[in-house]
Amino acid sequence: MIKISNVSKHYGAFQVLTDCTTSVSKGEVIVVCGPSGSGKSTLIKCVNGLEPFQSGEIVVNGTSVGDPKTNLPKLRSHVGMVFQNFELFPHMSITENLAIAQIKVLKRGKEEAMDKGLKLLERVGLKAHAHKFPGQLSGGQQQRVAIARALAMDPICMLFDEPTSALDPEMVNEVLDVMTELAREGMTMMCVTHEMGFARRVANRVIFMDQGRIVEDDSKEAFFANPRSERAQQFLAKILHH
Amino acid sequence: MHEFDWSSIPGALPFLWEGMKVSLVITAQAVIVGIVWGTALAMMRLSSVKPLSWFAAGYVNLFRAVPLVMVLLWFFLIVPKFIEQLFGLPSGTDLRLTSAMIGFALFESAYYSEIIRAGIQSVPKGQMAASSALGMTYSQAMRLVVLPQAFRNMVPLLLTQAIILFQDTSLVYVSALADFFGAAYKVGDRDGRLVELLLFAGVVYFVICYSASQLVKRLQKKYHPA
Repeated sequence: MIKISNVSKHYGAFQVLTDCTTSVSKGEVIVVCGPSGSGKSTLIKCVNGLEPFQSGEIVVNGTSVGDPKTNLPKLRSHVGMVFQNFELFPHMSITENLAIAQIKVLKRGKEEAMDKGLKLLERVGLKAHAHKFPGQLSGGQQQRVAIARALAMDPICMLFDEPTSALDPEMVNEVLDVMTELAREGMTMMCVTHEMGFARRVANRVIFMDQGRIVEDDSKEAFFANPRSERAQQFLAKILHH
Repeated sequence: MHEFDWSSIPGALPFLWEGMKVSLVITAQAVIVGIVWGTALAMMRLSSVKPLSWFAAGYVNLFRAVPLVMVLLWFFLIVPKFIEQLFGLPSGTDLRLTSAMIGFALFESAYYSEIIRAGIQSVPKGQMAASSALGMTYSQAMRLVVLPQAFRNMVPLLLTQAIILFQDTSLVYVSALADFFGAAYKVGDRDGRLVELLLFAGVVYFVICYSASQLVKRLQKKYHPA
């Protein structure tokens, strides 16, 4: 589904990603973790072309992301993405947030888009808030809306970029629950997150990044039981003894 | 001590009103063209296409670095000839209003584009990223997501600029065009009551601009209560 081969990226002289290679098969849930500045968010943003990269290749569902001939908007329209800061559109109601891209990008009818939006809103447990504006919702609720917004496009896979790191602790679980449910339904997911509990529960594989390199890429059992690199061992020790 | 004599004002009101209409027309069209062309300039300036960005930067810097009065004079002297040739109009057609309007619109676009550029930049980058991630094209994202938010943030600044612009319309006196200020000047000159007429004009400008700026303040409180 997603194939990342030898991807490197630099800003000027600063190397952000070095020779990253991995892949995500259909239905797989991958957690990408690592210390901040390790390039994990950059890597996930390369997958839908939000960040350009200088060398290597990323192929999503048969389409090469880096190819200048690729119709990126079209590719992105079926790759869902959830951001750290939700990025709901503050000048639109929740319903409009859910419908706008369906109408403008997928050319669905207004009725259909609204219906679909409401169904997904119900699924994330927020149907009662349909007429509110993003600013009136809590962070956790906004992030659930953002997930619903991405799902409304019928994505073939979902990218999560630290979806819970901007949330108050008591709101983290409501978002992780939605993500867990999604994973159980077989959604292909690539999640940048520090939530190791989530990784243990739902991930198939864990990728550990450090200084722009993929240091570990292993089944979650192997990763948690016996991380090979010293850097991952230190990281796990720090994060788990919290 | 100067003896004030206000008697020439009541009779001159219709003429002054004609002048006020000229001022308002110039203001309104310069605001509209300024915002439209200013938005285009702002988007060029922020564009990754270098020549567009250079053009917009050059345009803005040029117009912001010369006095408005001079721009108006240039346009007063150049534009009529140009338009006459372009449309085959008889020489000497009165194009003062047209050239003043073009001068104002082009000049104010430079200021509006800076306001709008700041407005666009005030919208978090993540909004563009989120729109792109949903499959929107750059122009859809701008139109549907970024610009509406930018304009909402900018309304007070745009209105304040319109008030300044309204005051600046008095500078069309260089082309002997009878805007409100020009009309007041003419009446005062004719009746030998220049001081009274200019005081009167000053009060009118003050009342209009002050009430408009109070209105802007209230709008600002309503939309940005912080």
